[in-house]
Amino acid sequence: MEFLKRSYAAVIFAFLYIPIFVLIVFSFNASKSRASWDGFTLRWYADLFDNSAILNALYYTLSIAVLAALLATIIGTLAAFAMYKDMRPWEKKIVMNLTYLPVLNPDIVTGISLMLLFIFMKINLGFLSLLLAHIIFNVPYVILTVLPKLRQFDNNLYEAALDLGASPAYAFRRIVFPEILPGIVTGALFAFTLSIDDFVISFFTTGSGINNLSILIYSMARRGIHPTINALSTLLFLAVLILLLAVNRRVVRDKK
Amino acid sequence: MVCVLGAVALAGCGGEKTAKRELKVYNWGDYIDPEVLKDFEKETGIHVIYDTFATNEDMYVKVKSGGSDYDVAIPSDYMIKRMIRENLLEKIDMDKVPNYQGIGDKFKNLPFDPQNAYSVPYMWGTVGIIYNKKMVTDPVDSWNILWNPKYAKQIFMLDSPRDSIGITLKLLGYSLNTGDDAQLEQAKAKLIEQKPLVLAYVVDEVKDKMIAGEAAMAVVWSGDAMFMKEKNPDLAYVIPKEGTNYWFDSMVILKGAKHKAEAEEFINYMTRPDIAKRNVEYIGYASPIPEVVKSLDPEVQQDVAAYPADSLLKSSEIFDDLSDNLAKYDKVWTEVKVAQ
Repeated sequence: MEFLKRSYAAVIFAFLYIPIFVLIVFSFNASKSRASWDGFTLRWYADLFDNSAILNALYYTLSIAVLAALLATIIGTLAAFAMYKDMRPWEKKIVMNLTYLPVLNPDIVTGISLMLLFIFMKINLGFLSLLLAHIIFNVPYVILTVLPKLRQFDNNLYEAALDLGASPAYAFRRIVFPEILPGIVTGALFAFTLSIDDFVISFFTTGSGINNLSILIYSMARRGIHPTINALSTLLFLAVLILLLAVNRRVVRDKK
Repeated sequence: MVCVLGAVALAGCGGEKTAKRELKVYNWGDYIDPEVLKDFEKETGIHVIYDTFATNEDMYVKVKSGGSDYDVAIPSDYMIKRMIRENLLEKIDMDKVPNYQGIGDKFKNLPFDPQNAYSVPYMWGTVGIIYNKKMVTDPVDSWNILWNPKYAKQIFMLDSPRDSIGITLKLLGYSLNTGDDAQLEQAKAKLIEQKPLVLAYVVDEVKDKMIAGEAAMAVVWSGDAMFMKEKNPDLAYVIPKEGTNYWFDSMVILKGAKHKAEAEEFINYMTRPDIAKRNVEYIGYASPIPEVVKSLDPEVQQDVAAYPADSLLKSSEIFDDLSDNLAKYDKVWTEVKVAQ
């Protein structure tokens, strides 16, 4: 039974990681085609650092993701807290439905409508419009991750703090916030991932040379993905892997 | 770090640089030698802001909505016709583009831009059949080989409505721009008839698959065929006798472009034979400039995939803007894709 469980897990992991592994292997392939192996080379990595378009896209992808995740988390957490605390049931219902709309909407509808909105408001399509668009589609996901954590929270603790003389702000900061922090962190990571991944909304709300990696890569669809993208993906994968190992090592050490 | 990023953000969305000359270019992904852009900036001092799009339709939405302020774009034939019709393009002052004279005469005044006032050709090519000589024993000279039951599940078709419906129409002897319902019904029936024989409807995945020998034949664009043949010498490319689609990607200037002079300089630069040659060598597609063609490897010049003889193109057509008939093609394609 144990064997079955282990092998099932192994199959799932294989399914997830074999494509990445293939990607990494072919980032060292001297041929541009996946079908022929022309020899080991580091050429694509060298080309990557010479390619200002890709490096630019990487910079904007990361900066938009970090900023959008940060701002969306702040807005989303405050919104969730307000919904939990101060709203009457009918107000809560309306806001929840409004929150669900962007989540259910297809990306292309969101993307084009935001583009039309920005044009209507005479906002130049560029970094600012891209950032706003990302914050807009991230906030609902943050709300949806923080709200359950708030519901789990025992309201009596908050009331007790108020009774003991704490101001609402202080009570929030010292009592509520640490309790819901896991939900907030999850929401932030969720927003970060969505931002990095996004193509459609980004494509329609950006301009003036501001591109993210998704746009760059999708634009290569007609011609085939250039191997420098494989090299970049390998490096990103390694970066995240090392980061996760470092964080988890600290957690394991703390536990001991 | 947040403050720094925030400051950068605000700086980025601010006003335009008025002192430096600027140019905004909108092109397909991976469709220019990156060194060419750098050299253009060095030679002219014009700062190039370069964006990419995945399909003509994506570019069209951004340009039509007024959300983009690009100066130069490089769309395809039928999209250029549509953009001229909808008044989205500026006329190019050909006096500012003297290198235009170097374009081959057969590539001037093409059907989508009859007075050649709005576009300058950049790359061109054809659609044809690539097949594996070891796996196909019959002569390949007609589109009907794709309907030959002998090669069941050995055929790749293009997952592109206009291309796949287009070649079927050519096979039936009709125009690939037709809006005639009866003809489209026939094409639909033919495609549904073919469905059991098709291994898959693919786009650029076809390159790796044909190189690896996963199928006997595929419908591909000529540029991709060049790449595939280089990697697998068993592959051959042919333009069927019924004729095919030949396509152009041309440089245009968008209406209301803020840097028209710089745009014309860019188009002129890209049409210079030595620059055009570098792009051809990087991209691997065909150039409309005879001087460039003559300077290429003789093997490439004779290659049907790169530079087919005029006789082969006799019954071939360029895509026209379907305008109101587009919905018909969409419907046909949807019905083909869902057919059992």
